[in-house]
Amino acid sequence: MLELRHISKTYNPGTVHETCLFTDFCLTIEKGSFVSVVGSNGSGKTSLLNILCGSIPVDDGQILMDGQDITHMRDFNRYRRIGRVYQNPSMGTCPTMTILENLSLADNKGRRYGLTRGTNRKRIGDYRDMLASLGLGLEDKLGVPVGNLSGGQRQTLALLMATLTPIDFLILDEHTAALDPKTAEIVMELTDKVVKEKGLTTLMVTHNLRHAVAYGDRVLMMHEGRAVLDKAGQEKRDTKVEDLLSIFNEISVECGN
Amino acid sequence: MSFSAILNIITGALEQGLIYGILALGLLITYRILDFPDLTVDSSFPLGAAITAVLTLRGVPIVVTLLAAVGAGAIAGLVTGLIHVRCHVRDLLSGIITMTGLYSINLRIAGRANLPFFSNETLFKNAFTKSLPAWIAPYSTLLIALLIVVIAKLLLDWYLRTKAGYLLRAAGDNASVVTTLAKDVGSVKIIGLMIANALVALSGAVMAQYQRSFDISMGTGTMVTGLASVIIGTNIFRLLGWMRSTTMVIIGSVFYKACVSLAISCGLEAQDMKLVTAVLFLLILVAGQVHIKRKKVRIHA
Repeated sequence: MLELRHISKTYNPGTVHETCLFTDFCLTIEKGSFVSVVGSNGSGKTSLLNILCGSIPVDDGQILMDGQDITHMRDFNRYRRIGRVYQNPSMGTCPTMTILENLSLADNKGRRYGLTRGTNRKRIGDYRDMLASLGLGLEDKLGVPVGNLSGGQRQTLALLMATLTPIDFLILDEHTAALDPKTAEIVMELTDKVVKEKGLTTLMVTHNLRHAVAYGDRVLMMHEGRAVLDKAGQEKRDTKVEDLLSIFNEISVECGN
Repeated sequence: MSFSAILNIITGALEQGLIYGILALGLLITYRILDFPDLTVDSSFPLGAAITAVLTLRGVPIVVTLLAAVGAGAIAGLVTGLIHVRCHVRDLLSGIITMTGLYSINLRIAGRANLPFFSNETLFKNAFTKSLPAWIAPYSTLLIALLIVVIAKLLLDWYLRTKAGYLLRAAGDNASVVTTLAKDVGSVKIIGLMIANALVALSGAVMAQYQRSFDISMGTGTMVTGLASVIIGTNIFRLLGWMRSTTMVIIGSVFYKACVSLAISCGLEAQDMKLVTAVLFLLILVAGQVHIKRKKVRIHA
């Protein structure tokens, strides 16, 4: 379970660019739930993820992971239990290292990075099977540097790497936004499969309202640092793209856009 | 110019090129792998030289003096790393701070700006080398330098293939991957800087053994020599997929020293050395159309 309690966050305090994003923001994400987060640019979606992962500090409030206060825990320590995929496909992989080396790195998460051999040869068969199941032909490219792959291939690999070891939480930051429609579908299908198989508590930020409706068991719409819509269970299943779109439009009209 | 004179120039260039090859291995880590412009090297090179000189004069076994130099270099790297990571000082400035401070420490260690040890046994002139048969004796220096650089290269190759080595490469490649692997990028960088400066100090120590003296000025231009070796090596052999980058930079170093020797033997004097070094480096950069990787915008002050 992830909890945000009374979070306040102001960017550039004391300057002309001062922007108050969150004031007394609270959110609880139940264990095993898959939450889609939608909202316009600057509504606080990505900041929400960054606050959870420790990429940006909060001014006030508490962050709890399964009841443990992690407000002051360094970002890399939080990632022991969190996997994250970014919007930019190059953020989740090492470009000059080969597919095999990238997978080997990710496969060792949670263990010591000591002086033993970097690649466990016994695992190569498993890696090949995993890549083959994606249907992108990556299983024959284990020795190819990841920088030579397409954005879609890289993002799929990044998702695979993020979920290779046992983790409890998956954070997806518009992870299909930079992909072509077909690849976006493949990555989304794979996401859903992994989340269900591993029972991951997932928070997915997306601009794709159809994905937000089709996947997950809860949908949040953020606006100016607040959740203006929060539907779960049957309510979520009854929500349609049009419903989200109409609320979206209302908000935009209020803002005078 | 007689044949033997030419042969002497070639042997000399090879010997020095191999010794500077250890330096190139160090810069391969900071410049190529970590993308860290580490100026510490201009002082960690003479640091290794000062330590080996002082200890040799006190009769400490040569190998021990080299190991002491390696340890001291690692500490120099640690200091730069801590300044960068813990004090949030920019990478370039962290190196400059350590480099400047270390200059005084080097003088303190050596006691003066120039410390010769001509009458002592050295790594290259000792009971063992004197006992070698006549046909191999002229090349003993070359072979010893080769042995050391090959050992350093093989150790680095091995390290880069371990899990720790993978993490080091990842830290330079994409720091966010290291963070999401639940590892502190800062610590990984510090370890990289320690290994790099340990190699640089070893190179300095071997150089001091080679010229049988320590000189405070021997550090000037270390960065340029090392960078030139790395850039020449990786550019010339870039297309050869089978060659390891560690081998490339050592050959790059030999090639670079050969160019400098050639320029000097064409009538330039020893005092022109640094100018030749700088101009050659510029030529290589322009000729290879190398774009030094644009530094990412850092958030540190």
